[in-house]
Amino acid sequence: MDQLFVNLKHWVVVLMPLSWQPLVSALISVAAIIAVFAALFALTTILERKGLGRIQNRYGPNRVGPFGVLQPVADGLKAMTKEDIVPRAADKVVHFIAPLVLVIPVFLALAVVPVGRNMVAVDLDGGVLFFFAVGAATELAVFMAGWSSRNKYSLLGAMRAIAQMISYEVPLILSAVTVIMIVGSLSTTKIVGAQAGFSGWLPNWFVLTPWGLAGFILFMIAAAAESNRSPFDLPEGESEIIAGYYIEYSGFKFALFFLGEYIGLFAVSGLAITLFLGGWRAPLPFLTWIPSYVWFFTKLFGLIALFIWVRGTLPRLRMDQLMNFAWKFMLPMALVNLLTAGVWHFMEPGFARWAVCLLLVLGPYIMLGRSLFVQRHLSKRTYRYAE
Amino acid sequence: MLGEGIIKGMGETARNFFGSYVKEERLTTVQYPEERLPQKEAARNFPFLLFDGKDPHAGLRCVACQICEKECPPQCIYIVKSKDRKPDYVGKPQFYPAVFDIDVSVCMSCQICVEVCPFEAIKMDTEFELSTTDRFGGLILNRAGLSKSNEYYQKIHPTEATEVDGRLAAEKAKAEAKAKADAEAKAKAAAAAKPAVPPKPAPVPELAK
Repeated sequence: MDQLFVNLKHWVVVLMPLSWQPLVSALISVAAIIAVFAALFALTTILERKGLGRIQNRYGPNRVGPFGVLQPVADGLKAMTKEDIVPRAADKVVHFIAPLVLVIPVFLALAVVPVGRNMVAVDLDGGVLFFFAVGAATELAVFMAGWSSRNKYSLLGAMRAIAQMISYEVPLILSAVTVIMIVGSLSTTKIVGAQAGFSGWLPNWFVLTPWGLAGFILFMIAAAAESNRSPFDLPEGESEIIAGYYIEYSGFKFALFFLGEYIGLFAVSGLAITLFLGGWRAPLPFLTWIPSYVWFFTKLFGLIALFIWVRGTLPRLRMDQLMNFAWKFMLPMALVNLLTAGVWHFMEPGFARWAVCLLLVLGPYIMLGRSLFVQRHLSKRTYRYAE
Repeated sequence: MLGEGIIKGMGETARNFFGSYVKEERLTTVQYPEERLPQKEAARNFPFLLFDGKDPHAGLRCVACQICEKECPPQCIYIVKSKDRKPDYVGKPQFYPAVFDIDVSVCMSCQICVEVCPFEAIKMDTEFELSTTDRFGGLILNRAGLSKSNEYYQKIHPTEATEVDGRLAAEKAKAEAKAKADAEAKAKAAAAAKPAVPPKPAPVPELAK
C-alpha cells in the first residue's frame, strides 16, 4: 500500500521499450505532480474561503453545489471564459510571459520535494539548493508582471514584492541552513532519512529540538513573506495598491498568478515539512502502517490550515514594519539559530545540551523583542487631542 | 513578550471558527433568497398606481392630471390622457390614463410623484426584485403592471394606508352629504317654485364664500 503509486508507475514504465523508459518515467512524475497539486490548489481555495468565513462568523461560499463545494469549478470556468485584456501601453511579450515564468519555477521546485517513501520526482544531490534557486525565479516573474503592465500601482506592487522577497530570502535560507548543517547533505531524501526513527514516543524530527523549533518558526514566517501571504501581502495590498503587480491581468493569466502563488505556498510548505517535520514520516511509532504519502499530505494540510488561520487573524504590516522585522529580528535570530545548531552538534546528548540550546535561542528572542519594543516605540499608542 | 499578542489573536479567531459551528446565533448572515428579513414599514423604492375594489380599470384612482409627469425630476413617467371619462370614487366622471408608463431604470425613488398627487393615486411600492433579462422593455412598467389594489397598499404600509383611507372616506362622506343636501335643496326649491313665481337666484357670491 505504501508503495502503491511507485509500483504503479514502475508497472507502466516497464511496458515501454527500453529507450523510452526514462522519458516516460519523467512524464508520469510530472503529470502526477501537476494533477495532484493543481487539484490541491482548487481544494485549498474553497477551504480557505470557507475557513476565513467561519473565522469571521460567516458561512463562506455555499451556493454552487452542496455546501458550495463546486465553487472552484465555477471560479475556474469563469476565469477561462473571461476576456483577456492586455493594456495598450503594456510590453506585450513580457506581459504574456510573466505568469508562465511564475508558474513554471514553482512546479519545478515541487520536483525535489519527497511526498512519500521513494516518491520524489528528481532525487538531486543538491535538492535544497535547487529548490531555493528556482524559487528565486518567482521574484523575476513578479517584477516582469509589474513592470510590463505600465501601471503605477503594479509597478509599486512589484517594487514592494522585490524588496520583501529579497529581504525574506535571507532568513528563509539561513533557517534552512541549520538543517543542512546537522544532516550534512543538501539532498531532500537524505534530510528525511536523517529524521527517521523514534526516541521513546517522540519522533526524531528536527522541529522537536530547540534550534529546529526556532528554525521552523523562522522558516514559516519567511515562507509566508516569500509566497506573499497575509500578513505579508503588501505586494497585493488590495486596499492600498488595488491588486499590486497583477492589477492589469485578467482571465486565465490572473488565474495562473493565483495558481502560481498557491503552488509556491505548497512547495515551500512541502520543504518545511521535509526540513523540520520529518517529511513523510509518521509522528508516532504505532502509526507507521499508514502510507507515507498520506502523512505528507496530512502535514501539508496542517500547514495550509495554519497559513489560513494566520491570514484570518493578522492585519497587513506596514512597509517599514516589514523591513524592520526582516533585518532587525529575523536575520539576527536566524544567525543565532545557526550558532545554536552548531552548539547542538558538538555537545554531548543530554539535559545540558537542551538547556544550553534553549537558552541560546530564548535569550536573544526575549532581548530582541524588548529592544524592538523600546527603540521602535511599538508600545501602545497614545493620542493627544486639541483642547 | 514578543508574539504574545499574536497568540492571543489566534486564540480569538480559533474561538470564532469553532464557535460558528456550535452556536447558531453567531452566524448572523441572512441567506437572502431563501430567508429574508421582514420589510420595514417605511421602505420604499418605485411608485405604483392604486385602485379601489376588485377591477383595476374601474377602480383606478388616477385621473391623468399629469402633475406627477411634470414634477418627476428624472422624467421617468409617461402618461396619455383618455378621450372618454369614467366615474371616480365619489361618482364624478373623470379622465383616466390610457397609457401610464414608468421607466424604473430612470426612476430615482424620490417620492415626489407621491407628494404632489392630489388624488392619492400613486404610492411607493416595496417590491425590489425587478431584475429582468430585457433591459429595454423589461424595465418599463405599464399601467397593468403598475396597478395594485388598496388591500396591497394596506399590507405594505398599514399606517399610511389607514390614514389615506380615512381621509378619502371623510371626503366621500362630505361629498355625499353635499350631494344629498343639494338634492334636498333642489327638491325644496322645485317644490317652492311650483306655487310661487320662480325665486331669485340664490346669493351666489355669499355661498361661494
